[in-house]
Amino acid sequence: MSELSVNHLLGIKYLNKKDIQLIFETADHFKEVINRPIKKVPSLRDITIANLFFENSTRTKLSFELAEKRLSADVINFSSAQSSVKKGETLIDTVNNILSMKVDMVVMRHPNPGAGVFLSKHVNASIVNAGDGAHEHPTQALLDSYSIREKLGGVGGKKVLIVGDILHSRVALSNIFALQLQGAEVMLCGPKTLIPKYVDKIGVKVETNLVKALNWCDVANMLRVQNERMDISYFPSTREYTQQYGVNRELLDSLDKEITIMHPGPINRGVEITSDVADSKQSIILDQVQNGVAVRMAVIYLLASKIKQ
Amino acid sequence: MSQKVLLNAKEVNIILHRLACQLIEKHNDFSSTVLIGLQPRGVFLADRLAQILREDYKVKNIELGHLDITFFRDDFRRSEKPLEANTTKINFIVEDKNIVFIDDVLYTGRSIRAALTAIQSFGRPNEIELLTLIDRRFSRHLPIQPDYRGRQVDVINNEKVKVNWKEHDSEDSVYLIEK
Repeated sequence: MSELSVNHLLGIKYLNKKDIQLIFETADHFKEVINRPIKKVPSLRDITIANLFFENSTRTKLSFELAEKRLSADVINFSSAQSSVKKGETLIDTVNNILSMKVDMVVMRHPNPGAGVFLSKHVNASIVNAGDGAHEHPTQALLDSYSIREKLGGVGGKKVLIVGDILHSRVALSNIFALQLQGAEVMLCGPKTLIPKYVDKIGVKVETNLVKALNWCDVANMLRVQNERMDISYFPSTREYTQQYGVNRELLDSLDKEITIMHPGPINRGVEITSDVADSKQSIILDQVQNGVAVRMAVIYLLASKIKQ
Repeated sequence: MSQKVLLNAKEVNIILHRLACQLIEKHNDFSSTVLIGLQPRGVFLADRLAQILREDYKVKNIELGHLDITFFRDDFRRSEKPLEANTTKINFIVEDKNIVFIDDVLYTGRSIRAALTAIQSFGRPNEIELLTLIDRRFSRHLPIQPDYRGRQVDVINNEKVKVNWKEHDSEDSVYLIEK
């Protein structure tokens, strides 16, 4: 008990149920810490963390940076736009150069799936995956489950619906793994073109009718349509997507129960979710953001405790 | 492994009442005093003292909190065992209050050092005192001494002092255990 089974957080599929439980229990303590008048603890004052973002990010980057600073770690930031990557340097060279400045942990977002796993095999530092292509985004899935646990008292046995662009979503895959590990049922809903083939092989339900899907679930996690990753047209128009797969007040009121609405951000208001839903009491979108800091503090703290001196 | 009784239930009870009286002597009606039990084992002592003050000495308005010092310890990544956090429960502001830290055994003084840092997150107290049931003499690594002590004992390094509480360990007692 009280130690993670892994030295890196590369994806939810490498974790077990006990790891998730430990992360959540530790996050409970950090949530209390970040609600104190002074929100900082000195645990990681001898740890240096590099945030390497090879892809744009606002929320995740700020959340990681804040989590690291609340733990008193030294933080360096790097984004590929202003770096030598543009000059042709390889990933391993870039990271090894940074590590030779005595960095203990790397938080990395990268457009290529598996970049974190690759790095963990070639460099000597603890790696946290902050999103690798359309593969995994483990801390987002952890904070989503943590938010469900906080709102509904637990994750096991709950019915969770993920709506939208599943095909391009790393959040969806990590969420499926995390929710299944904790005993929740998962259903995916979206245009057939945006649901990966053979996804039913990993034990999730697929439904293309949003009303039926919403009637089934306790929680609906609304995903953004990732236009920037789409090389071809997957649906006729945004207007048609919104008519079929957008959640609005009327639709929610027509259900016979009150469901919880989540969104990993950034929201395209009026596309997958209307403003009156996003800002309603049913939505826990801003709780997710707050919990993100506590969960990332827990992950970093637990991984740092495994770095040998 | 051999063990020897340092204090039995009756002696623990007498000492707790004496400590309660010493607290009253200094803090009167506790209007600007808060008791803080240090996690994990100090909270049993703190809860018990608060109960005695309330029930036996009719002191009203005892403010009692629990402080966890895990994230403030100086042995993160140095100890073999992973550090496990406990709950902090401080539902009041400690600004300008007189704080009494309560812990069962005072040994190296490092937990108290961590607690002194941790409590700063909750404001700037007027003063901080320390109450311990057992004071292990000649074992301090830091210049920290208790203001109220139950019993002072001389213990050599390969011995351990174990304080048991009725609520948790089925009896009130203090043992000296030889490892």
